[in-house]
Amino acid sequence: MTDDTQKMPKHRSPVPEEELLSGDSFLDPAEEGLFCQDRPEPVSPSRVKIVRDFCNWAQANSVFILAFGTGCGAIEMRPLFTARYDISRYGMFPRPTPRMSGLFIIGGYASVKTIKRIVRSYEQMQAPKFVMGLGSCTVNGGMYWDSYNTIKRLDHYIPVDVYVAGCMPRPESLIAGFARLKELIRAGKAEGANRYAKDFEWYKRNQRRIITDWNMPEHNW
Amino acid sequence: MSTAARQTDPWYPVWAERPSFDLASGKYLKIWQGPQHPGVSGNMALELTVEGDIVRDCRAHVGYLHRGFEKLMERRKYMNCFPIVCRICVPEPDFNEHLFASAVEELAGIEIPERAKWIRTLTLELARIAFLTMGLGGQAGSFGLGTVGQWCIVHRDYVLDLFEELTGHRIYHMYIIPGGLRHDLTPGFAERTEAVLRKIEKLMDEVQKVLFDNAVIMSRTDGLGVIPRPWVDPYGIAGTNARAAGSSRDVRSDSPYLVYDDLDFAPIVGERSDAYGRSLLRKREILMSAGLIRRILSRIPDGPVRVKLPNPLHWKVPAGETFVRAESGRGEMGYFMVSDGTGFPRRVHVRGPSYTHAMALFEELVRGVSIADVAGLMASLQICPPEIER
Amino acid sequence: MNETILTLEQRFGARLEAHRRDSLVFVSVPADRAAQAVAWLRDRGGFTHLVMISCVDWIERGTFRLLYLLSSPQERRDIGVYVDIPRDAPSMESIHHLWAGAKVYQRELREMFGIDFPGSPGVNDPMILEGWHDIPPMRRDFDTLAYAERTYYPREGRSTRDPAADTAERVYPTDEELRRGIADLARRTYPGGSKDGES
Repeated sequence: MTDDTQKMPKHRSPVPEEELLSGDSFLDPAEEGLFCQDRPEPVSPSRVKIVRDFCNWAQANSVFILAFGTGCGAIEMRPLFTARYDISRYGMFPRPTPRMSGLFIIGGYASVKTIKRIVRSYEQMQAPKFVMGLGSCTVNGGMYWDSYNTIKRLDHYIPVDVYVAGCMPRPESLIAGFARLKELIRAGKAEGANRYAKDFEWYKRNQRRIITDWNMPEHNW
Repeated sequence: MSTAARQTDPWYPVWAERPSFDLASGKYLKIWQGPQHPGVSGNMALELTVEGDIVRDCRAHVGYLHRGFEKLMERRKYMNCFPIVCRICVPEPDFNEHLFASAVEELAGIEIPERAKWIRTLTLELARIAFLTMGLGGQAGSFGLGTVGQWCIVHRDYVLDLFEELTGHRIYHMYIIPGGLRHDLTPGFAERTEAVLRKIEKLMDEVQKVLFDNAVIMSRTDGLGVIPRPWVDPYGIAGTNARAAGSSRDVRSDSPYLVYDDLDFAPIVGERSDAYGRSLLRKREILMSAGLIRRILSRIPDGPVRVKLPNPLHWKVPAGETFVRAESGRGEMGYFMVSDGTGFPRRVHVRGPSYTHAMALFEELVRGVSIADVAGLMASLQICPPEIER
Repeated sequence: MNETILTLEQRFGARLEAHRRDSLVFVSVPADRAAQAVAWLRDRGGFTHLVMISCVDWIERGTFRLLYLLSSPQERRDIGVYVDIPRDAPSMESIHHLWAGAKVYQRELREMFGIDFPGSPGVNDPMILEGWHDIPPMRRDFDTLAYAERTYYPREGRSTRDPAADTAERVYPTDEELRRGIADLARRTYPGGSKDGES
């Protein structure tokens, strides 16, 4: 499990600027007022240390998972919710909608169709929110490294807090990943949502690069 | 389009017409049941046109799990293909491995040892039990009965423990390779398998009481998704869906592969063709697979499990084409493989049973079903989206 | 099976391509009579089950080779009907009225190879790919690795340590490294005081 996304250079486009597709808005003028056009704002923690620690402790102990099995990883998420591996003792529970959840587990590869839904679901989650990349496909494309339909680096499209390597990782590896995530949250270092808000244009440019069928708002509230 | 022909002739192409709905009238509403919802083991979306609570039309959307396997396999040598071939069907990977291996063996003229055939059959039957158990859990979960879902996933875990002992990985085994198997059974495997089979049989007794004798489930699944017997050929229905409808079609008895003709295999034909009948048939097939595994374990001959293959990096398979099929938990799965004499496969086309179940059959069956039961109908057809778009 | 092949040869100009097993033969039929041959096989030949409609891109010969794989459940036999169509304007008569699943296969072939099946319901709706702007991906002249590197910008390989050198050092240490490792061990103190590694 690594969180080397901290070392990633910011505001550097992975492909030359002139090759990026233009970002036209999909909205027709009649719908302009229906969607909020604000971009996300970073949420800064409290200045008071004891409040900050208390909030981090509370968040770390009740991380709800968005029940969206995006790929192969869904098959190893299901045993976690049973009595054998039992993650509800860690305060984790699967929730059906993005509004109710705090952790998005991207299980495995993400095809172009799925990454659009992932982006949409991720933006609808409310801060504080975290992302765990499950499997090697989120790290570097995995065994689909030469496929024309799967993304190769998840952290170009949404910010990732913890990676769990494997193909598929066992439920115990997942639990170890959760433990690492909790450590990060307690230490105040799980700042994926704030990174997304700060580098919003960079993420959007990467997303628009591959999602050519962009029929959703710029920022999905 | 005469109504008489529609009703009497099963081959009348009723699937070629699509009724149109006037969405502006306010009577119909389009609902998107997105890629994630209870009822499917994979990502598949449905665009439903509903009138009130009843579905009038449906378009199935697939492609969320497309990785381009067939293109990737053309870029890899035959031995390099087998790690990726098992990822085509996520819940039940062994059938893909077996079919790929037997297609290559047929093209290259390799004969695998007897012991390898028996252990391959054992692996396939264990995979079938794991998948059908999870399928029963999924069917129960789609109606809200989460208890049975939890039980079934845990018992599937016991089978996955056996796989981990045998192959080293819980889900993607990469165990069945061209030429036989990677290695032999571990000592004591038969005893541990017997213990797991007993646990599963006990589970099936409990599932009978909690799921099949449950008044709510009985009333919700009664008449849900009835497949008439004449539809089996026009829609290309296979597997439990066809056998519940009254057809005795099973690849294990029609074109026996591996050791099924030694095992005196006879398919079970169900009586009821709705969701309840299909689930009951699956439960009986789990018990039948348990019996098959016991018979296999008592009769495995000794010997090697692998033949010596030429250097896999320089192996050239003779040019030709072949089609092999097997009976997976969902139905007839086939591999069409073309080789052009080089070390790379020319074309591999995987035909999963869910291809016609999910796209052609489901869009017909879902008409007239209430929204709450759509997930249950999907689960009862045992649709596995990864093998639709590979 | 022999009568079937004979009738196909006489009526539809078929040619036997391969006799794979007793239960599996491959024949090839000219493109203008292929749909009728398939319909005849379904109605009179007993091959009522459509297994798949597939395609092989023979770019060297300039053709797409379509395959209609049919199966007869009563007689437990398969027949594969090959149809060669030109690669520059690929189009084939649709058989969606014969089987329900045919329209799905034809839709996929349209998307993946670019073969047109005029009249097939929904044949131009993208089924698997979304927002695809390149050539149909299953064609042999589509380079998937180049596309992936251009579009998805893969992660660089490990730059800090070459995996081969790393493994070699750990598994086959040189004399100098061995000596250094032993000196390291000798210097360390163990909780129980013993050098054997009790803790």
